[in-house]
Amino acid sequence: MSRVLEVENLRVTFPAGDGRRVAAVDGVSFSLDRGETLALVGESGCGKSLTSLSLLRLVPAPGRIEPDSRIRLADTDVLALEGDALRAIRGRRIGMIFQDPMTSLDPVFRVGDQIAEGILAHFPVSRREARERAVALLRETGIPDPAARADAFPHQLSGGMRQRVMIAIALAAEPEILVADEPTTALDVTVQAQILEVLDRLRAERGMAVLLITHDLGIVAGRADRVAVMYAGQIVEEAPTAALFARPSHPYTRGLFGSIPRLTGPVERLRPIPGTVPSPAAWPSGCRFRPRCPYAFEPCGREPPRNDVGPGQWMRCWLEGEQR
Amino acid sequence: MGLTDLPGTLIAGVWRQPSGRAALVTLGLIVAVALAGPPFLPDPAAQPDVLGQASLPPGSGHLFGTDPLSRDVLSRVVGGARVSLAVAGLAVLVSVTIGAGVGLVAGYLGGTVDAVLMRLVDAALAIPRLFILLLLLAVWDRIPLGALILIMGTTGWFGTSRLVRGEVLRLKQEAFVTGAEALGAGRARVMFRHLFPNTLGPLLVAATLGVGDVILLEAGLSFLGLGIQPPRPSWGGMIFDAKAELLTAPWTSIFPGLAIAATVLAVNLLGDALSGALDPRQS
Repeated sequence: MSRVLEVENLRVTFPAGDGRRVAAVDGVSFSLDRGETLALVGESGCGKSLTSLSLLRLVPAPGRIEPDSRIRLADTDVLALEGDALRAIRGRRIGMIFQDPMTSLDPVFRVGDQIAEGILAHFPVSRREARERAVALLRETGIPDPAARADAFPHQLSGGMRQRVMIAIALAAEPEILVADEPTTALDVTVQAQILEVLDRLRAERGMAVLLITHDLGIVAGRADRVAVMYAGQIVEEAPTAALFARPSHPYTRGLFGSIPRLTGPVERLRPIPGTVPSPAAWPSGCRFRPRCPYAFEPCGREPPRNDVGPGQWMRCWLEGEQR
Repeated sequence: MGLTDLPGTLIAGVWRQPSGRAALVTLGLIVAVALAGPPFLPDPAAQPDVLGQASLPPGSGHLFGTDPLSRDVLSRVVGGARVSLAVAGLAVLVSVTIGAGVGLVAGYLGGTVDAVLMRLVDAALAIPRLFILLLLLAVWDRIPLGALILIMGTTGWFGTSRLVRGEVLRLKQEAFVTGAEALGAGRARVMFRHLFPNTLGPLLVAATLGVGDVILLEAGLSFLGLGIQPPRPSWGGMIFDAKAELLTAPWTSIFPGLAIAATVLAVNLLGDALSGALDPRQS
């Protein structure tokens, strides 16, 4: 397995208004191998979208990636890039699919031209050639009659088709990593399944690595090789997907599973996690999940250690052995 | 590109509204006469040295009558239309170009660039435009037409830049801008290829209304003798020339006055209809 992406101690901060800076992403580390899918799971506001934007250095001002963070794309130090060198990796090394296909396409251009734009930005090809490749990409995403669809404007397409166009755009420059930020949140359930299918097929065909960002554990099962669970700007548990589903360890992860309705087994009450996610300015010291955690005990006031719980599975928690 | 079917959609949208239809017909008529009329009319500058040809009332071989210098009023109104429309169109083109450029840069780059540009615009907006114009135009004895257009263009973009900046600030929040950046698009590309076309709607409305403003402004300046210079016909200049005969030969001022009123009204109605056609809630 060759490593294509390595993120270490990523910290993204915003000014708090009183001169301090607050970290919305605080010490996130993960890596991605060629051909694998890593799911980054968490509630809204946990910092997962900022993490994905950081990979392309698209953190909106006044946010800032702290200098002690590290993002490495194989041999490239992403945080050291500027100007043309930075633009050269956007789209080309990392492609990105955004959450809302309604606003992620430019309303005044035909979708074929928008796909061709990504091709022309990175390859020395003619317009005609770029257009042919755009149609081929649309075909790959499973759009019926791709040549005709290429001439459509975004408002003439359904949500599912627009998301397929977004996928074609993200793949236009043949990136080795695809970041899919909530790619199916805005879609119907049946369309969701189709889109995930397309993503999975293209990943396999192209040997891409996929970072799948979602709040929905349901779409993680069977799609991701590994899962990283984020809470309040940190990864609190990471595990191979099967292990996580078989044995969720961190109290927050268990809380997430407890709040999903099940079709099998005895009917139980859903157990929502009490309380809400605190804002970055109000994160408690020590374990950030402590105020909502049913297992909280004395050591939780201190920063929890990275605690190995199984092969490839670790969590950021003080609980050990029988206590779990 | 995708913008090619915008004109068709817009014209259809304007046509659906009665006021828009009236504006299109009126403006179309004025433009057509201005473009095609002159070959069929007497030379507007000709002063036929024929006794009894001065200050003839409408009819009598001259549809709009003649002025005290025995020039045909109709051909002068038509000649004035050419000059007024051309001057207004070019001046608005200049001001919209500058305004859109400044608004795009300020809105997209933000920060210090935005602050500096917008404070300059604030300052410029605090000075009455007519005052700036009079100051600049005082430099010349006889103002060259090109200079007049440039000066009116370069003093008319402040509001437009604000409008475009506002649009850009709104559009910047849309995911497709981040999307373009995520594909490796540079600043210029994002600004001119993605942001600019999306501001075209409001910009078009502003430009149309701007044409009406500039026609009035030019007429006012010409009336003051600071605009278009005789013998080139201009509506404002004609009204100025005719003021001595206001009671004895009223047609010499009524017709250019009507021309100004009809054109400006039609242009403003067109602007309203355009903004209606661009508003999805009305279609």
